[in-house]
Amino acid sequence: MLIIGVGHPMRGDDAAGPVAAERLAELGLEAIVLDGEGARLIHTWEGRGHVVVIDAADGGGPPGTLHVIDAKKEELASGRFHYSSHAFGLAEAVETSRVLGDLPERFTIYAITGADFTLGKGLSPDVADTVERVVERIAESAQAATSSTPSPTPLDK
Amino acid sequence: MTSTDQTLPEGIQAQNRTIVVDELARVEGEGALDVKVEDGVITNIKFRIVEPPRFFEALLRGRMYSDAPDVTARICGICPIAYMLGAINAMEDAFDIVPPAQIKRLRRLIYCGEWIESHVLHSAMLHAPDFLGLADAFLIAKVNPDLVKTALRLKKLGNTILEVVGGRAVHPVNLKVGGFYRTPRKADVKALEGELEWAIGASVELLEAFAGFDYPDFEQDYLCVSMRHPDEYAIQEGNLVSSRGLDIRVADFPKHFYEEHVEHSNALHGRTREGEPYLVGPIARYNNNYEQLSPYAKEMAEKVGLPRVVRNPYQSILVRMVETLYVCEEALAIVREYEEPAAPSVPVDIHAGAGAGAGVTEAPRGICWHHYSLNDAGRILNATIVPPTAQNQPQIEDDLRGVVQGNLDLDDEALKWRCEQTIRNYDPCISCATHFLKLRIDRG
Repeated sequence: MLIIGVGHPMRGDDAAGPVAAERLAELGLEAIVLDGEGARLIHTWEGRGHVVVIDAADGGGPPGTLHVIDAKKEELASGRFHYSSHAFGLAEAVETSRVLGDLPERFTIYAITGADFTLGKGLSPDVADTVERVVERIAESAQAATSSTPSPTPLDK
Repeated sequence: MTSTDQTLPEGIQAQNRTIVVDELARVEGEGALDVKVEDGVITNIKFRIVEPPRFFEALLRGRMYSDAPDVTARICGICPIAYMLGAINAMEDAFDIVPPAQIKRLRRLIYCGEWIESHVLHSAMLHAPDFLGLADAFLIAKVNPDLVKTALRLKKLGNTILEVVGGRAVHPVNLKVGGFYRTPRKADVKALEGELEWAIGASVELLEAFAGFDYPDFEQDYLCVSMRHPDEYAIQEGNLVSSRGLDIRVADFPKHFYEEHVEHSNALHGRTREGEPYLVGPIARYNNNYEQLSPYAKEMAEKVGLPRVVRNPYQSILVRMVETLYVCEEALAIVREYEEPAAPSVPVDIHAGAGAGAGVTEAPRGICWHHYSLNDAGRILNATIVPPTAQNQPQIEDDLRGVVQGNLDLDDEALKWRCEQTIRNYDPCISCATHFLKLRIDRG
């Protein structure tokens, strides 16, 4: 399982993805941080079987609301993750991979509704709570997967 | 369209309409465009930058000269090399350092990588959808999956070059005043050869695909400003020239050009001292330095119908691919000749009275000028950085004025589309000019 935290660590709630990915890497999981540039995302998940992305999202309930999206089943609306400031961002990258037939077999997105994307600010309290929940949830599912398959979890951070 | 016909078609003239575009998609960062049309005449046009400035110049003050490349690299995730090498050139100017040819060639190689990734991402994924009438960038993969696969592979090659020479693809860490921290191993550089051989053909493939697009009929007599080097198509070193015969030293840039603060934008607007807008970027370089392109790049430019002097800004997408083809050839030549230098850098002598230095390079979007004044210990007293998008802003407004005026017969949606496409001709890196964009057209 490859975990990708998307976002900018210094742009308020946009740091949700990076903070979660760093926590998961500390727990020994293969987790990296990317800024959300679409072409690079595509290259990163190319050839992978199971990808988990954590990103701050635009709208969809009050701050801290968690949306878990099975990208294999659900198409992503363009611009939903536009806080990355990348015009060819996560949604476009997922849909491009889908069209090209390269979307990994399992692909889950944890989208956290952000409140404040001001430069220089940290996570707002509601988003920080949700990040904790997401970390626990992914760590648990990774543990469950590891106990069912004996291969060690690679560490790449 | 150069028409200045101010008459609106029947049925439109009588209406009072407001067109609002809350975001201008597919540019890096965000800004805003306000167009006001009254009785068929444009009364106001403003290209605004709405995100707060980041004060990079202020935070450089008091830091050592050696911090400037890595700090300025953070201005942009798409073109960090432009900032790093601009700062490096300026410091080397201050300390009278002339790096050996091998170091210069390696710098050119990493810059080729930046041009490849920036040009290909913008042309194929962000600008081409405009010409195909596609609202979403990913839809181009449905229309032409092979083109997208080729573009993604090319872009990846650009990233790989940055990784091999610069240590990593985003905000490389291996460049410094005087050269590099560590020069790449010969085997790693040679490993790029095969992919670069493929890339030349791939660039032609994209160029020919884009040549089939319909190009809006609009021309401007641009004042083109770029670098020029006696021996090569200028990228990372040279003087400054204009299409009207200006040929100046890098340090003299402020004598001929200035930045003004306009109320509607956080980014400064660049103009000539005579108050004219001017053009920097691919078309300016192509028009000024066409003869120095490779024979093959010129042949392909001619084949796809590019004139010797490009005046249609929409053809910038073709010029970007001609430049991509050229830098793939350049990169291949550098890779083939590469031998590990005896030393990764030359020493820096921080001598008293170094005073100040100016540096410029050709970022993918156009010239990016730096100036630093230093104290005797090598600390930065003052920093000035003039990024390409700030310089192009008055020219973007000027193009939009012509495009809107010539297309008032289009309905709201179509006109909005054409405005966005026009702005994207400039591949505006709003992040560099300060960051982020919204578009508002008021046909009062």
